Amino acid sequence: MPYRFGHMLAIEPLSAKEILFLLDQAKPFQEIQRHPLKKLATLRGKTVALAFFEPSTRTRVSFATAASRLGADQMNLQAESSSLKKGESLLDTVRTLEAMKPDCIVMRHSSSGAPDFVARNLLLPVINAGDGTHEHPTQALLDALTIRDRRGTLEGLNVTILGDILHSRVARSNIHLLSKFGCRITLCGPAMWLPRELECLVPAGASIRRVVRIEDALEGADVVLTLRVQQERLHEPVLSIDEYILQFQLTPQRLRIAKPDALVLHPGPMIRGLEIDPAVADGPQSCVLDQVTNGLAVRMALLFLMIGADTSSERDSSHAAD
Amino acid sequence: MLLIRGGRVLDPASGTDATRDVLLDGDRIAGIAPHGQLASRAQGAEIFDAKDLIVAPGFIDLHCHLREPGGESSETIETGTRAAARGGFTAVCPMPNTRPVNDNASVTRSILERAAAVSPVRVWPIGAASIGSKGEALSEIAAMKQAGIVAVSDDGRPIATAKLLRQVMEYCRALDLPVIDHCEDSSLFAGAVMREGRQSVRLGLRGMPAATESLAVARDVQVGELTSCRLHIAHLSARASLELVRSAKAKGLPVTCEVTPHHFTLTDEDVQYDTRFKMNPPLASREDRDALVAGLADGSVDAIATDHAPHEAALKDVEFDRAPFGVTGFETAIGLALELVHAGKISLMRMVELFTSGPARVLGMQRRIAESDPADLTIFSAEHKWTFRAAESASKSKNSPFDDREFRGAPMATIVAGRIAYRR
Repeated sequence: MPYRFGHMLAIEPLSAKEILFLLDQAKPFQEIQRHPLKKLATLRGKTVALAFFEPSTRTRVSFATAASRLGADQMNLQAESSSLKKGESLLDTVRTLEAMKPDCIVMRHSSSGAPDFVARNLLLPVINAGDGTHEHPTQALLDALTIRDRRGTLEGLNVTILGDILHSRVARSNIHLLSKFGCRITLCGPAMWLPRELECLVPAGASIRRVVRIEDALEGADVVLTLRVQQERLHEPVLSIDEYILQFQLTPQRLRIAKPDALVLHPGPMIRGLEIDPAVADGPQSCVLDQVTNGLAVRMALLFLMIGADTSSERDSSHAAD
Repeated sequence: MLLIRGGRVLDPASGTDATRDVLLDGDRIAGIAPHGQLASRAQGAEIFDAKDLIVAPGFIDLHCHLREPGGESSETIETGTRAAARGGFTAVCPMPNTRPVNDNASVTRSILERAAAVSPVRVWPIGAASIGSKGEALSEIAAMKQAGIVAVSDDGRPIATAKLLRQVMEYCRALDLPVIDHCEDSSLFAGAVMREGRQSVRLGLRGMPAATESLAVARDVQVGELTSCRLHIAHLSARASLELVRSAKAKGLPVTCEVTPHHFTLTDEDVQYDTRFKMNPPLASREDRDALVAGLADGSVDAIATDHAPHEAALKDVEFDRAPFGVTGFETAIGLALELVHAGKISLMRMVELFTSGPARVLGMQRRIAESDPADLTIFSAEHKWTFRAAESASKSKNSPFDDREFRGAPMATIVAGRIAYRR
């Protein structure tokens, strides 16, 4: 196997070649979603620990389904039922999980860098299912798979990302991923969530800009990625929902400014009538349900690559370098 | 008697930079003279060969946390002061944010009694400005002064309001005590865990801008001007703050400031979800760091202070945003300051000043090598190569961002009141 993934913590350190390899690996798993019988035995006898320290429905179900369809068993840990509530530290919690001998740990956490911290302290492969306001690598991979399927390529597209960019792990992972393929990235949202430093996320020479007016941001767009408005963040700083809708809602009229065949992506959960007009969400350009299906394929591919092939001895020996 | 023979004496107070013998008798300096001239008076004295070493007045650390009482799982007066001695410090000023807070004379006395029993170095406590450092009512500052505090501060947090600060400063001016402030505008701070900038945006960590500090410095300087009280800015980290201190000094106001070794060495780019790099104020931008180095060189900065802030592993081995602020600093301070010397940024004399007469001036004291002065000396090598290993530190906590760093130059002996408190 040409690429091994010790952990999947972030998109930022990956190369374009590694990303393409992952996307190619997801292809056969896309096929499987169309079969009447979807269950494989590839990971039979393996165990995937799902440690979600922050409430999540779709990502957790997606990883759980991906693991099931590969024949793996699961351990489930959810914040509500976890001993964290009883004051146990994250490290003790994940070490307890590790002692039950899973083959990898999929974790979501509200603290940026928590998966990185866990990966430094465990010998298990760690998959980041979203950490704070840092990264959500599998979301960017499934977005990339969706875009590549519809467009045939990831190269050189005009991508507009709308919303609270500063606090979005989806935006960060997508910015890192798409900039590796020469996409021209336009960020648009309320000014206080659009700091200049966002332009430094990408390597020098990559194209990224911040635009305040949505009409300017959508001009010539091949892909429009709408972020969820996290209502829990609207109060900090105070911004009224109506004000957001007025300036940044993706409406059919606004979408017409983009290229006629522009794709509309949304990581979900989607709040109709807030960041996106229902007519756009349900319209022909919307890819939201494809994204969900592709999420399964990407996560199956990742689990397969990380714990499927018999690389456990290799992984142990290479762990120090991870 | 102890004769320190053949060392290069560097004494910023007198401008001395020459090979000298220094004779200590009891807890006082008995003489300082060119090599060999003290031989007759030093009959029977213990000899310390200081050849190739630098002999300086005893180093003072204006800012540290010894955690006792209340935080003994992270540090005690005994472990903290042993680490200080190993770092070359002859006197340390523990901040009052213990549990209970050092806001009354009985806590001050208990700290000093404990120090007298176990500490190899001098302990000069700093008292809380307000009761419980809560920013409401003035603490018993006069009683604490009688008990032995050398300054007041609500460190760990800023003195809450301009009104309280004014009252504290009026009161302390009358008592001739400096007021030390941890400058931070709490509304801008807002739960941040590092400096705002490229790196905070990249890591998705909540950042605070430099103005979080400089806004508070501006407040303090202006309130200070109202009262003429001595004001000392703790762990200054931003260029904007330094400019405010410079202009205050230019106006002749009694404003001083300190900079920590981690702030003049590291930048926010070094933060990588490693909680050993999490402290408050947070590591600053490269531009700010360079400005601090310039301030150390040109005299705008009065002292290097460690802000030694030990935290036991259980507290630091957590998610970055849940970890407490603070890093240990006693044992790496001289090595880091010497990096500036070796890089040609500051002179050796200036470095010594920043650890001796500089901090002494902040406290209204003198620090020099002169006959009948206290026999406190720091003897160090500017060349000795060594590697700092946090695991081997005398501190009870190991939360240093400089673990495994190689240093050129090290403290070789710490002499307090004529006794060798530490010898490498």
